Amino acid sequence: MLAYLARRLGYYVVLLLVAVCLSYALAATALQPRAYFEARQPPPRPAAVQAQLSALGIDDHTPLYDRFGHWAAHAVRGDLGRTIDDTSVNDEFGRRVGVSLRLLIVGTAAGTVAGILAGAWTAVRQYRLSDRLVTLTSFLLLSTPVFLLAVLLKIGAIRLNQALGTDFIQFTGEKTPGLQGGWTAHAKDRAVHLLLPSLSIGLITLATYSRYQRSTMLDVLGSDYLRTARAKGLTRRKALLRHGLRTALIPMSTFFSYNFLAVFTGAIFTEAIFGWHGMGEWLVASIGKDDVNSVVAVSTFAAVVVLLSGFVADLLHAALDPRVRHS
Amino acid sequence: MNATTAGAVLDIRGLHVDFAGVPAVRGVDLALRRGEVLGLVGESGSGKSVTALAAMGLLPSGADVRGSVTLDGTELMGAGDTALSAVRGNRIAMVFQDPLSAFTPVYRIGDQIVEALRTHQDISRERAAERAVELLDLVGIPEPRIRAAAFPHEFSGGMRQRAMIAMAVANDPDVILADEPTTALDVTVQAQVLDVLRTAQRETGAALLLVSHDLGVIAGTADRVAVMYAGRIVETAPVDELFARPRMPYTLGLIGAVPRLDADAKGRPEPLVPIPGAPPAPAALPPGCAFAPRCPLAEDRCRVAQPELVEVALPEPAVAVRPEPAVAADEPHLAACLRAGEVAGLRPLDVFPVPGADVAAERAADGRPEGTSVLRVSGLAKTFPLLKGAVFRRRVGSVHAVDGVDLDIRAGEVLGLVGESGSGKSTTLFEILELRRPERGSVEVLGRGTDTLTRREAHALRAQVQIVFQDPMASLDPRLPVGDIIAEPLRAQRAERDRIARRVPELLRQVGLDPAHADRFPHEFSGGQRQRIGIARALAVDPRLLVLDEPVSALDVSVQAGILNLLLRLRAELGLSYLFVSHDLSVVRHIADRVSVMYLGRTVETGAVGEVFTRPLHPYTQALLSAVPLPDPVRERARARILLPGDPPSPTRRLRGCPFRSRCQVFAALPGPQRERCTDQAPPLAEQGGDHVAACHFPAARPVL
Amino acid sequence: MATAPETLLAGADQDDGLIARPPSRARVTLRRFAAHRTALAGLIVVALLFVLAFAGPHLTRWSYSDIDYTALRSAPSSRHWWGTNRIGQDVFAQTVHGLQKSLIIGLLVGVAATGGAAVVGACAGYFGGWTDRLLTFTTDLLLIFPSFLVISVVSPRLKGGGWLVFALLLAFFAWMVTARVVRSMAISLREREFVRAARYMGVGPLRIIARHIVPNVASFLIIDATIAVGSAVMSETALSYFGFGVQSPDVSLGTLIADGTGAAVTYPWMFFFAAGLLVVFVLAVNLVGDGLRDAIDPTSRPGRRRGRGAAK
Ligand code: SF4
Ligand code: SF4
Repeated sequence: MLAYLARRLGYYVVLLLVAVCLSYALAATALQPRAYFEARQPPPRPAAVQAQLSALGIDDHTPLYDRFGHWAAHAVRGDLGRTIDDTSVNDEFGRRVGVSLRLLIVGTAAGTVAGILAGAWTAVRQYRLSDRLVTLTSFLLLSTPVFLLAVLLKIGAIRLNQALGTDFIQFTGEKTPGLQGGWTAHAKDRAVHLLLPSLSIGLITLATYSRYQRSTMLDVLGSDYLRTARAKGLTRRKALLRHGLRTALIPMSTFFSYNFLAVFTGAIFTEAIFGWHGMGEWLVASIGKDDVNSVVAVSTFAAVVVLLSGFVADLLHAALDPRVRHS
Repeated sequence: MNATTAGAVLDIRGLHVDFAGVPAVRGVDLALRRGEVLGLVGESGSGKSVTALAAMGLLPSGADVRGSVTLDGTELMGAGDTALSAVRGNRIAMVFQDPLSAFTPVYRIGDQIVEALRTHQDISRERAAERAVELLDLVGIPEPRIRAAAFPHEFSGGMRQRAMIAMAVANDPDVILADEPTTALDVTVQAQVLDVLRTAQRETGAALLLVSHDLGVIAGTADRVAVMYAGRIVETAPVDELFARPRMPYTLGLIGAVPRLDADAKGRPEPLVPIPGAPPAPAALPPGCAFAPRCPLAEDRCRVAQPELVEVALPEPAVAVRPEPAVAADEPHLAACLRAGEVAGLRPLDVFPVPGADVAAERAADGRPEGTSVLRVSGLAKTFPLLKGAVFRRRVGSVHAVDGVDLDIRAGEVLGLVGESGSGKSTTLFEILELRRPERGSVEVLGRGTDTLTRREAHALRAQVQIVFQDPMASLDPRLPVGDIIAEPLRAQRAERDRIARRVPELLRQVGLDPAHADRFPHEFSGGQRQRIGIARALAVDPRLLVLDEPVSALDVSVQAGILNLLLRLRAELGLSYLFVSHDLSVVRHIADRVSVMYLGRTVETGAVGEVFTRPLHPYTQALLSAVPLPDPVRERARARILLPGDPPSPTRRLRGCPFRSRCQVFAALPGPQRERCTDQAPPLAEQGGDHVAACHFPAARPVL
Repeated sequence: MATAPETLLAGADQDDGLIARPPSRARVTLRRFAAHRTALAGLIVVALLFVLAFAGPHLTRWSYSDIDYTALRSAPSSRHWWGTNRIGQDVFAQTVHGLQKSLIIGLLVGVAATGGAAVVGACAGYFGGWTDRLLTFTTDLLLIFPSFLVISVVSPRLKGGGWLVFALLLAFFAWMVTARVVRSMAISLREREFVRAARYMGVGPLRIIARHIVPNVASFLIIDATIAVGSAVMSETALSYFGFGVQSPDVSLGTLIADGTGAAVTYPWMFFFAAGLLVVFVLAVNLVGDGLRDAIDPTSRPGRRRGRGAAK
């Protein structure tokens, strides 16, 4: 079992390395930091541009493999280079990573749990009014791109605030700058700020999971072992809870990693719309600035997160399914 | 009628079940008395499982159930889920057909039994766990304490079914309903499970309802039998009476369709009688007797009203010729047939015409044909790597799937290849069909060794060897019309267009299908017809050898008989040779000239069918034969059975000495010094007179039938 | 020999007689789909939206790029049905044009991605071995490779007919999950008896893939393509929203929503028509996909879960 997980991990590392190399190659060839500098006002001297580019290690006159070698040599030592504004990528990374993770983890966790419960519940109540309502709502949510949902939530919040005449729902940034007050005030402030972005991530997760859980649960509902459970005298309810729900969770674990991928892309938009200074916003900004090193850093982060979620999915699968564990 | 009901624990009266307005069960009365085993027989779709599930209240919510089910006088029909739950698993328990899917895959076997116990009894978890181990021990699971902690997928099919029985008897039920409990199992395991079921029933004194399509299983186990057809009970009688003097043509047909192991030893077995036609679609039942469209004895009055299930008044002469045995007054023989009186005393062949019965009979009784060799396999071996891991798979061992197989088929001969599942039968077939150099040993097809074939030669040789698969649905591409399916081998051999156009209708006619149906899709045909299509496809390129992989095991008996007769006819007409793989010895006995028995990837005994079946020399062959139930209650009860212990060992290890010794009844009885031969030397295939060979150090004929 | 109710319902299928000719598969599918009311409604909505997208531009005298200097930010009126935006462009003309672009991109991506997935998945699954390993690795790699990065770096640099390349890029990053499913289906099909039968008859591997494997995953592919169209439209609009997709002067629903967002509260017509059409279209497509799934795949039906476990 451990050996199995270790091998999975090894495979992921190989995938990661290849993905990072490709990202670097792509970012370094397609982005044009030279143009970024040349477009500055007043136009800097070409020599100065050249000097700056070589200092940052993003000089497009140096062969790609040299640049990559230079970057990689630093990267393995944990130094991801300098941003185009000559600040440390590592520092920027450190500032932003927590922001993104907070958003991702709160949104996904809440959405997953709620989605699984909703899915199981609707499966049991198949074709009743409650099932139809939940199903229609999740379809509606699934048909709304994250960015649109975020925008709509924002508009809704503005309307609500206008109606109430307060600033009850805060949605810009992670916290109110310069907030006075004690620990509780800060916590409350952060929670309020977290509300809308988490909702936009969580709602979509909820909708996706509820659809999938509903169909795996329906599979289970017709299964022989559920009939056995009832044949030995469990009531329908007990049989469903003890035998049905547990087994229906197994296929969800594989789904977890795919979904996380979508969530991650969604988070890029969410951050940008709600003004969270996370990794997604950084990516959008650095592409605009032709900032090679930052783009590679964010891409690496994305790949790591996705692979980690894949690994977590493997772990979950093994934990849920004895057939995987004992083979 | 009230007479039967008296003393019944479970009494089903006037049960009707409809699914979306389509009747599945139409007025079933069944009474189950304490300590009794009632067999419920019928083809698939006859409503027997639905009846059992309805008694438990476990039908899906879409089912419309009417009638009455009483348990010791308490009405269960219409009771709430809580009330029924208190009865289920406690007073009525059920054993399901497919034990793999019937256990929740994520919980340990022991825990699932504990749950059954604690649902109905107020006992501590520890006490329940103790009891679960005792129960597993009772049903003969070795090392029950360790096994209780195993997950369902770690059990073999037979062990799972035993665990299922353990769970069913956990709360000392009054009634056990067993729904096809042995259908998916090998004969040897089936014998074990039936034995356990009988023991469990005896221990608890429960009444047992045994639902099965297999008359053999019913004959040896049941006290009373009810036959179902199209949702109704059409005949019921004590078991001996039913098998000796069936009074409903359908029952007669069922009995006549079962291939028997005990056919008279000298000549060939009697031809099988297929029941013509198909059961009526539940949505379009004929007005009178539901069996009338298929019944050779049907008269006009049969089509008017549904015959009642009544006691049959026999015409005087019949009684005079065959005096009735003493039958208790409360065990009447009921039949739902207007001509029941005339049927009593008839043989299946008297009622059902068998086209080509003579062909089946006129086969060379002794001696092998002098034909050329069609297939010769010697010392064939095939190992599969035992892999672990999902991505970077690594080899952790080998599965010796085939480990020394010898086969020899001459032109016009039928060789039956038998063995339990996992014995390597299918791998042997596939190795032969690959037409390439085998891992070890040699394969010669039509005198050509496969190790030296060029690609072109192999392609040409493929036309000479064709295969028919087990599951006729799975072996036909559902997306292609039948005509295209049959033409596929012709196209692969690059036959011209007009030859194909001529050949397809010809083939359809040859296998008894209407050539006009060539543009239909496989799902539009019935199971038996699909298998006929599979046979037509195999015949398309005029092969010399047909390889048949369990061709009838997915079919109902009445249909199976028709396919077997077709195969016999084709062979006579076209001079084909068959390699007929089957786990069912009675089918092999019926169709094959010679038989070869496999165990753990090796050939253990080969010889002429008559010889091997009457004078089996290898202990494994003896056990196999002994495990096959006979559709004859009197003889079946009189037989002494050789019960093989446990399951075959895993083919991942190659044992020194005789691979069969862990289960060998002869070995177990041997004195110490002689045992060493079995443990040290692998017995070679040795001649035992004529061309009868067996791989055993101590061959001896022992009676098994 | 499961005498499960479905066996009974399906009629006597284990017999040896002639059974009445059942309606063809396509007919059954069609009937079941039509019985699915939400799916039927979805289909109608999709059809209407296509009509709107392609007939719409001819209904109004404004073209999407015309600027009416006399009407800036004007509310819907008989002159400008859906109002105008801040520089006086007709919102109706813009929206139907954007819808058209989004639909074309969605269709293109859906079909291309599903087709690619079918080829890759079927080959990986059928051939196994190194082909499989290589293809699976590529699939996994593309899954973790930030597609956002590639598209957002490449597409702003495309001019003119760039939307086509943009669509192909979207398709290039949209086939992986489907390919994985097709692969696992192909693996199980490879062991199915009818494929084995074809192999033993001497039918070549490519022919087997084309004739037996792909047709047998076709129903899944049809459903998947439907849903892929919906998600492609979502990706397109999302990227366009951030300026990484369709480039001006071309418009798509995404760019229109982006332009309208700021004014959503004050001048709702600039935002809500485009946003509404987007959601309605994707919703309708998803409903059609769901209905197709129910209609094509009998196992997804309640109460028809398990097929006949015929004596195995
Ligand atoms: S009632 Fe008539 S049709 Fe029915 S079984 Fe008897 S003889 Fe045959
Ligand atoms: S060789 Fe020994 S162990 Fe093997 S079958 Fe014969 S008696 Fe049994």
